[in-house]
Amino acid sequence: MGIIHTSRIKSPWIMHFDNSSCNGCDIEVLACLTPLYDIERFGIVNMGNPKHADVLVVTGAVNRRTARVLKNLYDQIPDPKMVVAVGTCACSGGVFHNCYNILGGVDKVIPVDVYVPGCAARPEAIIDGVVLALQKLAKLQGVAI
Amino acid sequence: MSKVVRTVAPFGPQHPVLPEPIQLKITCEDEKVVDVVPAIGYCHRGIEKACELNDFPKNIYICERICGICSCIHGCSYCEVIERLFGVEIPPRAKYLRVIWSEMSRIHSHLLWLGLLADAFGLESMFMQFWRIREKILDAMELTTGQRVTQSVSIIGGVRRDIDSEQQKKCIDIVREVKKETEELGKVLMNDYTVKARTVGKGILTREQAITLGCAGPTLRGSDVAEDCRMQGYQAYGELGFEPIVEKDGDSYARAVVRLRETLQSCDLILEAFSKIPEGEISIKVKGNPPANEAVFRAEQPRGEVFYYAKGNGTRNLERLKVRTPTFANIPALLVMLPGCELADVPVIVLSIDPCISCTER
Ligand code: SF4
Repeated sequence: MGIIHTSRIKSPWIMHFDNSSCNGCDIEVLACLTPLYDIERFGIVNMGNPKHADVLVVTGAVNRRTARVLKNLYDQIPDPKMVVAVGTCACSGGVFHNCYNILGGVDKVIPVDVYVPGCAARPEAIIDGVVLALQKLAKLQGVAI
Repeated sequence: MSKVVRTVAPFGPQHPVLPEPIQLKITCEDEKVVDVVPAIGYCHRGIEKACELNDFPKNIYICERICGICSCIHGCSYCEVIERLFGVEIPPRAKYLRVIWSEMSRIHSHLLWLGLLADAFGLESMFMQFWRIREKILDAMELTTGQRVTQSVSIIGGVRRDIDSEQQKKCIDIVREVKKETEELGKVLMNDYTVKARTVGKGILTREQAITLGCAGPTLRGSDVAEDCRMQGYQAYGELGFEPIVEKDGDSYARAVVRLRETLQSCDLILEAFSKIPEGEISIKVKGNPPANEAVFRAEQPRGEVFYYAKGNGTRNLERLKVRTPTFANIPALLVMLPGCELADVPVIVLSIDPCISCTER
């Protein structure tokens, strides 16, 4: 198992899901992929398929309609998995906390490992959040990072 | 003869080309799309209602978060509609500053879209290049407003910050650089074989269809209709010599070209605004509560016309705030463009209207 655990830490694939965010955090997540921030240097690649993903990056507050989709996606990601909630909305509901269609933060539906606050969260903070998630995963699996 | 089998392919709510959740149920015969049914509501938060519950000055921040990509123009439009409700006029310098920031956000939005388009047909290096250029504009925004994405720069009665001469010089340099690089990269977009193969003649929307369906923005202008809200000359646009950009063909390629040319035009508008900007106050004090009255305001977003309606009732809260956003007007066009195309072209055509779901569903 050693090599699988180690390589998972060295090349985590992330999947991004937008609940009902304003897009601000989504474009910052995408900005992380582009030349200036370039998270590929950590071996991180953005994936469209939950079955291939290790880290689920969620932006936006959960509303009544996306709650089911989010739960489905989470269930489809193979274990071990990490969830990073990006943006104040995803952490707690943010500015939308009193909207009638909003249930609240992502942790209302699925367990969250790392919270990245900020509206919009800066790319540096997002990268930091993903790296924190990886450290947590490494610790869980007992491998050095 | 065997019967043609129809398959229903779901497109979304989580799909690699769309950062946002929308679902299209696509019925195909073999590879050919015959019917499309959109299922929306994944992004609905209830912002209009939330705007009635909060104090009117706080709504600026909620309205900015209707959409993060065009947040600056949403914020400006909300402030404008409340200013109209009060019947106040903002100082001329504030008008110019709003134009400058709005145009910066248009450049950032269009570059973002051009990148996503390249990504949709698998031209990853071009995606990276466009986003590299875009980072420069975000730097300019951060320099002048303090935030990369949601600037929160408009307040009721003007703007929150001024651009001093040093920042102005830096911004001008950045905008010139962005213009030069976009022009160079634009040549690739216009002449590349792959780009043309994937966009020319795909997703055609004729002029008549565009008018009947009430499209807005580059989708409309890509179909040979010269209609742009900036022609009204709101804010400082009247003094800047603005001409709408129009393309004839009505296909995905035409819409891409409109956006590319608009990016360059926005660079020119910013440079011109910087050369004409008057000195003076940047905001005025607006006292009291919104009177029991109604006001409307139309502005041009990167994606088309946004319409704000506000009704006051003499208290701190608004009676009603209604926002109509451009993608809502463009989704019917999508349902006309898609049937008849190949399944593989769906992502490119969907992207070609530049859908912004968080705007649409609020
Ligand atoms: S945290 Fe702010 S920027 Fe991010 S999705 Fe929510 S409202 Fe938008």
